[in-house]
Amino acid sequence: MKSWLLGAERGFMLPVQASSVAPAVDALFKFIFWVSAFFFLLIVGLMLFFVVRFRRRPGYQKPTEAPSHNTFLEITWSVIPLVLVMIMGFWGFKVFLDLNTPPANAYEVQVTGQKWKWLFTYPNGHVDETLHVPVDQPVRLVMTSEDVIHSFFVPAFRVKRDVVPGRYTKLWFRATKVGTYPVFCAEYCGTGHSDMLTTVEVHEPGGFERWLEAASNLLNTLPPAEAGRRLYQTRGCAQCHSVDGTGGIGPTLKGLYGHPVVLRGGNRVTADENYIRESILEPMAKVVAGFDPVMPTYKGRLKDQEITALVAFLKTLASEDKGPAEQGRE
Amino acid sequence: MSVPVGNALHQDNYLTHGKGWKSWLFTLDHKRIGVMYLISILASFLLGGVFALLVRMELWTPQRTIMDANTYNQMFTLHGAAMIFLFIIPGIPAALGNFILPLMLGAKDVAFPRLNLLSYYLWVVGAVFALVSIITGAVDTGWTFYTPYSTTTNTSVISITFGVFILGFSSIFTGINFIVSIHKLRPPTMTWFKMPLFLWSLYGTALIQILATPVLGITLLLLLAERALGVGIFDPALGGDPVLFQHFFWFYSHPAVYIMILPAMGIISELVATFSHRHIFGYKFIAMSSIAIAVISFLVWGHHMFVSGQSNLANLIFSILTFLVAIPSAVKVFNWVATMYKGEVELATPMLYALAFLFLFGIGGLTGLFLGALATDVHLTDTYFVVAHFHYTMFGGTAIAFFGGLFYWWPKITGRMYREKWARMAAFLIFIGFNTAFLAQFIMGAQGMPRRYYNYLPEFAPYHKVSTIGAFVLAVGFVLAAATLLHSLYAGELAPANPWGAATLEWHTSSPPPHENFETQPVPGDPYDVDQWVYDAAAGGYVLAPAGASGGRA
Ligand code: HEC
Ligand code: HEM
Ligand SMILES: [Cu+2]
Ligand SMILES: [Cu+2]
Repeated sequence: MKSWLLGAERGFMLPVQASSVAPAVDALFKFIFWVSAFFFLLIVGLMLFFVVRFRRRPGYQKPTEAPSHNTFLEITWSVIPLVLVMIMGFWGFKVFLDLNTPPANAYEVQVTGQKWKWLFTYPNGHVDETLHVPVDQPVRLVMTSEDVIHSFFVPAFRVKRDVVPGRYTKLWFRATKVGTYPVFCAEYCGTGHSDMLTTVEVHEPGGFERWLEAASNLLNTLPPAEAGRRLYQTRGCAQCHSVDGTGGIGPTLKGLYGHPVVLRGGNRVTADENYIRESILEPMAKVVAGFDPVMPTYKGRLKDQEITALVAFLKTLASEDKGPAEQGRE
Repeated sequence: MSVPVGNALHQDNYLTHGKGWKSWLFTLDHKRIGVMYLISILASFLLGGVFALLVRMELWTPQRTIMDANTYNQMFTLHGAAMIFLFIIPGIPAALGNFILPLMLGAKDVAFPRLNLLSYYLWVVGAVFALVSIITGAVDTGWTFYTPYSTTTNTSVISITFGVFILGFSSIFTGINFIVSIHKLRPPTMTWFKMPLFLWSLYGTALIQILATPVLGITLLLLLAERALGVGIFDPALGGDPVLFQHFFWFYSHPAVYIMILPAMGIISELVATFSHRHIFGYKFIAMSSIAIAVISFLVWGHHMFVSGQSNLANLIFSILTFLVAIPSAVKVFNWVATMYKGEVELATPMLYALAFLFLFGIGGLTGLFLGALATDVHLTDTYFVVAHFHYTMFGGTAIAFFGGLFYWWPKITGRMYREKWARMAAFLIFIGFNTAFLAQFIMGAQGMPRRYYNYLPEFAPYHKVSTIGAFVLAVGFVLAAATLLHSLYAGELAPANPWGAATLEWHTSSPPPHENFETQPVPGDPYDVDQWVYDAAAGGYVLAPAGASGGRA
């Protein structure tokens, strides 16, 4: 009953334990749970017993000598809970110190929170929207936000930390179980707060290195258009640009390549390779009519080869029909 | 000394004293101000309740059910803001406290009747500002207004913030009034330790109101300065510190949760003693624990920020102090249970609410322990576990005590008795509905379901469905409770002066009381010496036993 209720593996109340601190956190959770259950049953049990035993009913006379206080009793039931909660307090602190103190050899990943996605930057410069980590190796996240406060939360690891603009917050864990676990944003951040989800994938030994190698070398292992499609998804373009003709913060990329574009001020250009390249590196140079100049520059963030791949991807979208939301384009 | 026994509904009483709407709007009578507060606060509760049902309806499915994400965010913000700032915080002190405090003191009114009326109108103005924000672009920040989100979202944060700022003054004025009244208007024979426990709790509450609320005012002013004038205080883009806001905000809002619960505990002390027909157990411990809670509650605000990057030492201190504040609360619970021991427990409607309180607040307080311990809080904070915890304390605790108090003092306020059977049925539905709605939330929170989520993972759907069903059962319970009370207004039996056999002074005058509260100055004794009162069938209520009679038994 105990393990069914609280769960050593995946129980009724607690999710899977997939990090080194999870068992310690859960042990404390269980301690508090059983202490609470005991006191709750004691209080409610006595209450119901007194209600039944001393209820007003015909022929019942309440005893005359009911006590109006009892100092010994009252001190006892102050001191026992006091001792118990102090145990909880210091136990909680001890586990918290483990949870909050990364070992020196931790692998470091930079995390950026922004409305409403996570970006993970690996030491070799690779950027991804999902977190990949090796099993049984401490990982340290150095996190910051580009806009409002977010909070990085992995229930399976029992870790959570606010991600604050203008400063770096840190969090570490050692994953102990291979698998894929949800990552939530736990601090309310507006419209897309509940969609600010991603996953953390824990790789078996050696698997992480292989993944990172392949992910960083997308351009060498995949056809350019396919690599471009991945980049479109993982580098945030999809936030603002659709590829199916629907509207968004930026114009749809469907049917862009090779077609004329109306710019702010009335000029026209044809969307060729150079125009697309310029749009990505210097978005402010030519702004599309009907849109706000809010696209960030990708100068220094995308390599030449990656831009080439993106252009190749956009070319594959050119042949299809134009969508309804295309503005400023003929 | 003669103590009235009967009903005064058809004689001169505070309701008939002065006619026309002006005699209400410009009244200085604490009882009428209390009634106006009561109506306004119940209207706010209704409003907040409608928002809550809309929120629960949206959560019926994991994706869109009835509204889009932005509307949902506005709904939960308005729900929280209405419930906290318009209902729970002013609820017990301003509505019930206003009516009862001078009566319990045997006084004619509060110390500053004009300030009392001003505080009511400030409440109205504050509420209007808060509501105007709904029309001009409802706020979507959550009731906590965290920066920098609240300084960057383009909804009318300024209006609602200003509203809450004004509501703060209303609360401060009530606090001042109560403190001075308790110091100055107590009859000479009512020493501090002869004061009813409800007054002790209102005193503790008032201390927090006047000391903590100004901090909220300053915080909100700074927020307004940043939003309206671009002065960088909290927004890092302007060189400010976003976490500073959280310190300021919780420095008020944690003590504020005790503004909510202390008066509720006071009501429970009265209800348990009255309906156990026996002296309250451990009077001094209960009285002193109110003051202990009021003092310690100022020092625990950091437990809302365990994951925002406080130093380890700060976290340790806040955690330990949080646990300390749990002790006086636990002591009160034990004392209430002990009060029933060897009593004569009568399961009248107010007592059902009191028993529900012990059950629900027990869960609320005990789940606070999971949140006070650092390691478990890291996992549980900002999940539905916290949502469930604070509903068990604020709704299961404060709101349930408020309704218990309302049913308890209803005969005194209106001069009418309600249908006991319907009222019990409503209390039962509320209890069942509440547990259905919120018990499931502990489980999904522990499983990792974050709060303030419009979309959620499908695995949480069953819990959300149960919770939504519970919310509607709860709503039915409240509709029935409201119907019972409204029905009593025109069809209820006339209430006697003391229908329950309580010994505090508000029962020493007719129901409803005359304009100046007492025909003859009552003589306070031990507020829990219920044995002086005996049931008198002719009067339909309790009357003082003839001097010398031994105890209250027939
Ligand atoms: C924050 C939103 C945003 C992001 C992220 C973004 N863009 Fe844009 N983009 C825009 C907007 C708005 C415009 C139109 C205004 C302008 O021309 O600057 C635009 C324009 C463009 C254009 C010119 C389109 C036309 O119809 O002429 C291209 C090409 C483009 N973006 C590609 C990309 C690529 C590739 C990425 C990802 C690497 C990306 N954008 C990321 C907002 C964004
Ligand atoms: C009796 C012992 C109590 C303890 C130990 C306790 C502990 C806590 C802790 C540590 C938190 C922070 C949780 C988090 O955000 O991670 C919290 C949240 C909260 N508590 Fe309690 N609490 C207790 C009683 C109460 C009472 C009596 C009330 C109100 C009547 C209350 C209302 C709240 C509210 C409103 C929040 C959440 C606020 C928010 O984030 O929106 N608590 N409690
Ligand atoms: Cu978020
Ligand atoms: Cu708190």
